[in-house]
Amino acid sequence: MVDHGFVPVRAKLIEVAAFLDRVERYAVADDFRCAALRRAAALLVDGRPARARRILEQLSDPTTRPDAVSTGKAALGAWAGRPAAAKRKA
Amino acid sequence: MGGAAGGGETEGLTTMRYIEPHGHMVSRTTDDYQAMVTAGCQAVCEPAFWAGFDRGSAAGFRDYFRQLTEYEPARAAKFLLPHYSWLCLNPKESEDLGLAREVLALIPEFLGRPNVLGIGEIGLNRNTRNELRILEEHVDLAVRHDQLILVHTPHLEDKLKGTRLILDLLRGHAGVRPGRVIIDHVEEHTIQQVLDAGFWAGITLYPDSKSSPPRAVDMLEICGRERIWLNSACDWGVSDPLAVPKTALEMRRRGHSEDFVDAVLFRNPVRFLSQCPKFTVRAEPAA
Ligand SMILES: [Zn+2]
Repeated sequence: MVDHGFVPVRAKLIEVAAFLDRVERYAVADDFRCAALRRAAALLVDGRPARARRILEQLSDPTTRPDAVSTGKAALGAWAGRPAAAKRKA
Repeated sequence: MGGAAGGGETEGLTTMRYIEPHGHMVSRTTDDYQAMVTAGCQAVCEPAFWAGFDRGSAAGFRDYFRQLTEYEPARAAKFLLPHYSWLCLNPKESEDLGLAREVLALIPEFLGRPNVLGIGEIGLNRNTRNELRILEEHVDLAVRHDQLILVHTPHLEDKLKGTRLILDLLRGHAGVRPGRVIIDHVEEHTIQQVLDAGFWAGITLYPDSKSSPPRAVDMLEICGRERIWLNSACDWGVSDPLAVPKTALEMRRRGHSEDFVDAVLFRNPVRFLSQCPKFTVRAEPAA
């Protein structure tokens, strides 16, 4: 399990680290998606199980009522919060 | 699995059989058919989906349904591959209620076609009221015509909420029998609620936005393999029409038996799809 899985997953973790460094260098680290990624990453080391499920839940829209109209745009991968609260950078 | 359980000199040299229960073949090349058949594909099932742009008229959908029920099965037949289809209007296109209802009205004339398995992939995209309304009308149509149902769950941050809305709608519909409905694109945060409600669950092996082979096998180990199928959902996006057979390698690496591989990749989809009498692939042991 570890012999086979470790190196590919190590590479993905370094990609996460490099991405977080990169968005700081480009001054876009306060984009809501970057903030969501940092919060999600904290779940990796909280010592509790079901990390994949909990990260997916944390990145999800927590509301329960259908939206009145479609934004016409695709999903972004993290919940932007109420429309006024979303801060998005390139 | 072709006598793979025997071991000895042939151990590891397994021939595999599998079903691709969700592939958008109209957007794939003929080379993909050849590769799938070579890898052991016994049937491909193609749900109606979004074309990459919103179609402007019901006539555009009629042409698409003809493609799914006439042209595409003939293309697959050149490789001796049975091709089945599911019909609907994709949730992405259900914001325009007028057009959606025109399309719903022309679906029944295609339901008798020999390769049509049911209504799908219906569901939600951005979890809007109009999407829910058209989803409900599709479910009514399926129940009225005694059709199987294939449900698409939304992408990324919308999946959890959308799955809950879909489950509420299906559970609230008196005519829906959960064993005849598969809810597709489940991930770790949605699979258990789908299975607990008695529905089938589809795990989609799709880069970046859905599941990977290792995560799919994790879910099978945690949730059991009873009512789950795997699919590639290959389409015009970055996707892999061989993702299902490739996942067999991940199962074998972890020590799962050839019977486990065959159950998940072949016998499970056959069991669900055989509820439609038009699906004629059978799960007798491979010769
Ligand atoms: Zn699809």
